[in-house]
Amino acid sequence: VSVLRRLAPALLAPVLAVVVALVISSAVMAALAVNPFDVFGVMLDFGDSPTQQVTAMVVIVNRAIPLFLAGLAVAIAFRMGLFNIGVEGQYRLATIVAAAVGAAVSLPAPLHIGLIVVVAVVVAAFWAGIVAVLKVTRGVSEVISSIMLNFIALGTASYLLTGPFRGSPEGASIISTADIPPSGQMPGLNGIFDVFGLANPPRQLYGFLIIAAVVGIMVAVLLNRTRFGFDLKASGMSPSAASASGVNARGMVIKTMLLSGAVAGLIGLPDLLGNTHSYTTDFTAGLGFLGIAVALLGRNKPLGIAFAALLFAFLDRSLVPLQIADYPSSVVTIVQGTIVLAVVVANEIARRVGRRSAAGGTAAPAGGPAAGDGGTGVVPTPPPGSTDQRQGAQA
Amino acid sequence: MTTVRPTRTEPQPSRGPITDLLTRGGKGRRITWLILGGLLLFSIVRTISGEDALTSSSTMSAALLLAVPIGLAALGGLFSERAGVVNIGLEGMMILGTWGAGFAGYQWGWGAALVGGVLFGALGGLLHALATVTFGVDHVVSGVAINILAAGVARFLSELFYTDNAAGGGVTQSPPVSSKPPAFSLPVLSSGPDLLGDLEQKHWFLLSDLAGVLRGVTSGVAIVTVLAVLLIPVTYLVLWRTAFGLRLRSCGENPAAADSLGVPVYRMKYIAVIISGGLAGLGGVFLVFIAGIYRENQTNGRGFIGLAALIFGNWRPGGLAAGAGLFGFADALQLRSRTAVVALLLLVALLLAAVAVWQALRRRTLQAVLAAVFGAAALVGFLTIDELPPGIVSFTPHLTTLLVLSLASQRLRMPQADGLVYRRGES
Repeated sequence: VSVLRRLAPALLAPVLAVVVALVISSAVMAALAVNPFDVFGVMLDFGDSPTQQVTAMVVIVNRAIPLFLAGLAVAIAFRMGLFNIGVEGQYRLATIVAAAVGAAVSLPAPLHIGLIVVVAVVVAAFWAGIVAVLKVTRGVSEVISSIMLNFIALGTASYLLTGPFRGSPEGASIISTADIPPSGQMPGLNGIFDVFGLANPPRQLYGFLIIAAVVGIMVAVLLNRTRFGFDLKASGMSPSAASASGVNARGMVIKTMLLSGAVAGLIGLPDLLGNTHSYTTDFTAGLGFLGIAVALLGRNKPLGIAFAALLFAFLDRSLVPLQIADYPSSVVTIVQGTIVLAVVVANEIARRVGRRSAAGGTAAPAGGPAAGDGGTGVVPTPPPGSTDQRQGAQA
Repeated sequence: MTTVRPTRTEPQPSRGPITDLLTRGGKGRRITWLILGGLLLFSIVRTISGEDALTSSSTMSAALLLAVPIGLAALGGLFSERAGVVNIGLEGMMILGTWGAGFAGYQWGWGAALVGGVLFGALGGLLHALATVTFGVDHVVSGVAINILAAGVARFLSELFYTDNAAGGGVTQSPPVSSKPPAFSLPVLSSGPDLLGDLEQKHWFLLSDLAGVLRGVTSGVAIVTVLAVLLIPVTYLVLWRTAFGLRLRSCGENPAAADSLGVPVYRMKYIAVIISGGLAGLGGVFLVFIAGIYRENQTNGRGFIGLAALIFGNWRPGGLAAGAGLFGFADALQLRSRTAVVALLLLVALLLAAVAVWQALRRRTLQAVLAAVFGAAALVGFLTIDELPPGIVSFTPHLTTLLVLSLASQRLRMPQADGLVYRRGES
C-alpha cells in the first residue's frame, strides 16, 4: 500500500492526461462524423492467430526502441533547461555517416557493430556540440541554432546520399547507401520467444533492445546517482544557485549537449543494424520531434520515457490497420498531440495540488517538465521556491 | 525611437574622422551607411562574379514574396513575446493558417482565404493562450505540443474534406484557390516605359543594382503584399505609441507591476497571443497565395525561421523586418540560381576580410586569424566551385541565418518576463 501511495501522484498525472486526450480526440472525431469507438477498436485489434499477435508486439517494441532513445536524448538536455530540438538532424546525419562507414569496412562482427555505433555517436555529439559552442561563446539561443542545424543536417544528408555515399545503381526508385556486410548486422532476439513457448513471428525483435536498455540504466544512474547528474539538475532548476555553488555553467552546457547528442546518435541504429542495413531516402524520419513528446510524457525520467515510448509505438502501429480499414490515420497524430498537451496541463495541476497539500511544510517540487525559457535562453527559469523572494524584491 | 533602452548621453572620445563619419550621428545615419555599404558590396561581388541574379529584379521580387510570410510570423512572435509569452508554436499556427486559407480559398476566393487563414491561426493562438496563461504550462512545451497537434489536425481535416472532393485535392493538398489577389506595377518606372528595367539591363556598376532592387519591389506586387509590409510600421505604432501597446509590453516586462497598476494581465496576454496566432496564420495565407494551393508541409519550418528573425531583430519591428528580408533574399537566391549562391562565398570572404582587418587593428590576434582563415577558405571555395549540389544549396537561408546570428553582436535584450509563467498573487 505504501508503494502505491508513493507512486499514485506520479502516475495520476500521465494516466489522467491519457484519459483526457482520449476524450478530446473522441469528441473531435465524433464532431467530424467518425465513430471513435470503431477507431479505437481497430487500434486495439492485434489479429486473431498467436503469430499475428506476437508480430504486433514485436512491431510495437521495435518502434519503441528508437522512440525511447529519442526521448532520452531530449530529456537529458531538458533536465538542464536546454531545449534540444536538433535531435532530428543529429540522428539523421549520424545514421547516414554510420551506414556509409559500416558499408565501407570489413571487421569481425562485434568490432564492426561497435565501430558503427561509435561513428554514429561521435557524429551526432559533434553536431550537438556546435549548438553548445554557439550558445556558450556567442549567446545564440539553442532553440534557433538547433532548428537551423536540422535543415543543414537534412540537406547535407540528402547531398551525401545522392553524391559520395550513393550505393544504389543509377535510376533505382529508392536511393540508398551500400549495404552493411553481415558482420555489421545485428542479430535479432527472437530466441526468447522459443524460451517462453510463444509463436515465433516472421519479424525479428531488434537486438538493439539490449543496448537501449543498458543506455537507459546508465543515463538513470548518471542523472540520479552522480555529482554530474546533481549539477545538471541544479543548473536546470536555478542557474544562479548552481553557479554560486561552484558549477561551471558553460562547461555544463557543453557536456550536457554532447551527452544528449551522443544518445541521439543511437536513434537510427536499431533500424539500421537490425532491419534496413542501409540508409535510404525513406529512412525512418521524425523520431527527433516525437522524442520531444515522449520525453514530456515520461516526465524526463528514463522509466517514464520507456512507458511513453511504448504508448507512442502502440499508437504508431495502428497507422497501417487504420488505413486498411479506411479511417483517417492522422487520428494517431491528433491523439499524440493532445496527449502531450494534456500531460503538461495535468503535470501543472498535479504540481499545484501537491504544493497545496504540502503547504507550509517542505514542499518537494514535484518535477514538472524542467524545460526552461527555450525561446531565448537569456532569462533563467525561476526556481520553484523563489517566488516569495521575487515578490519581496519587487515590493 | 524612444524606448526603455538606456541612452548613452556621455560624449565618446573621437576615434578618428572616418570612424566618426560612419558611427556618429544617430541611428538614421548608421542605417543609411549600412544600406549603402551593403549595396556597394553586392555591386562589387556581382561585377566580379558576373552573377546578375544577385541583384536582379526577379530575385528581388521573389525575395519580397518569400520574406513576407517570415516577417508576418516574426511579427506574430513580437506581439506574443512582448506580452511575455514565448511562442514556439508559431510554426503550428502557420500550418493551421495554410490549411484555413486553402479551405476557404478554393470555395470563395482569395478574400475568404485571408479570413480563413487568420481565423485558423488565431485558433491556434487561443489554444496556446489557454495552455500558457490559464493553465500555466511551460511556454516552450505548449508550443511544441501545438506544432505536433497542428500538423495532425491539418492532415486529419485534409483526409476528411479533400479526399473524394469533386473540386480536386487529396490527402496532402487542397483544390486550387479559386482566384488570385490583384497585383500592380508602378507606372512609368516599372511598367510601360519601364525605366528601371532598362537601367537594370545595362548592368552598370551600382546603378543597375539599385534599379534591380527597386524594380523588384515595385513591379507585379500584390496589394495584399504591400498591406502586409505596412503591418510592420503599424505594429510599431500600436505597440510603442498607444496605451494598449504600453499595457501589452508592460505584461512582458513586469506583469506584477502591471497588475498592481490595474492592467488586466491575463486578458492582455490572451489578446496578444491570439493576435500572434492570427499574424502567423496570415503568414500561412501568403504561402498559399504563392503556390495557389494548400500543400502539406508548405510552411517548411518558416515559423521557426520567423522566430529566428524576431531574435535577430532584438524583439523590435524594424529589426525583425531586416531579418526576414535577409532570409527571404537567401531563399530567393537559392531558388533562382544555384551558381549565384557560390557568389555569396565571395561576399562572405570580403566580409570576413574586413572583420579580420578590424580585429587586427583592435589587437585581437586570435579573432583576426580565425576570420582570415575562414575568409580565405570562402575565397578558395568561390574560386574552385562552379555549382553547388542541390542538397547543399537547399539550406543556404538557414546557414545564412545561423552565420548572421553567430557573427552579429549579441547585445540583445528580450522582454524581461518573457517565457515566465505569471500567476496572479504568486509572483
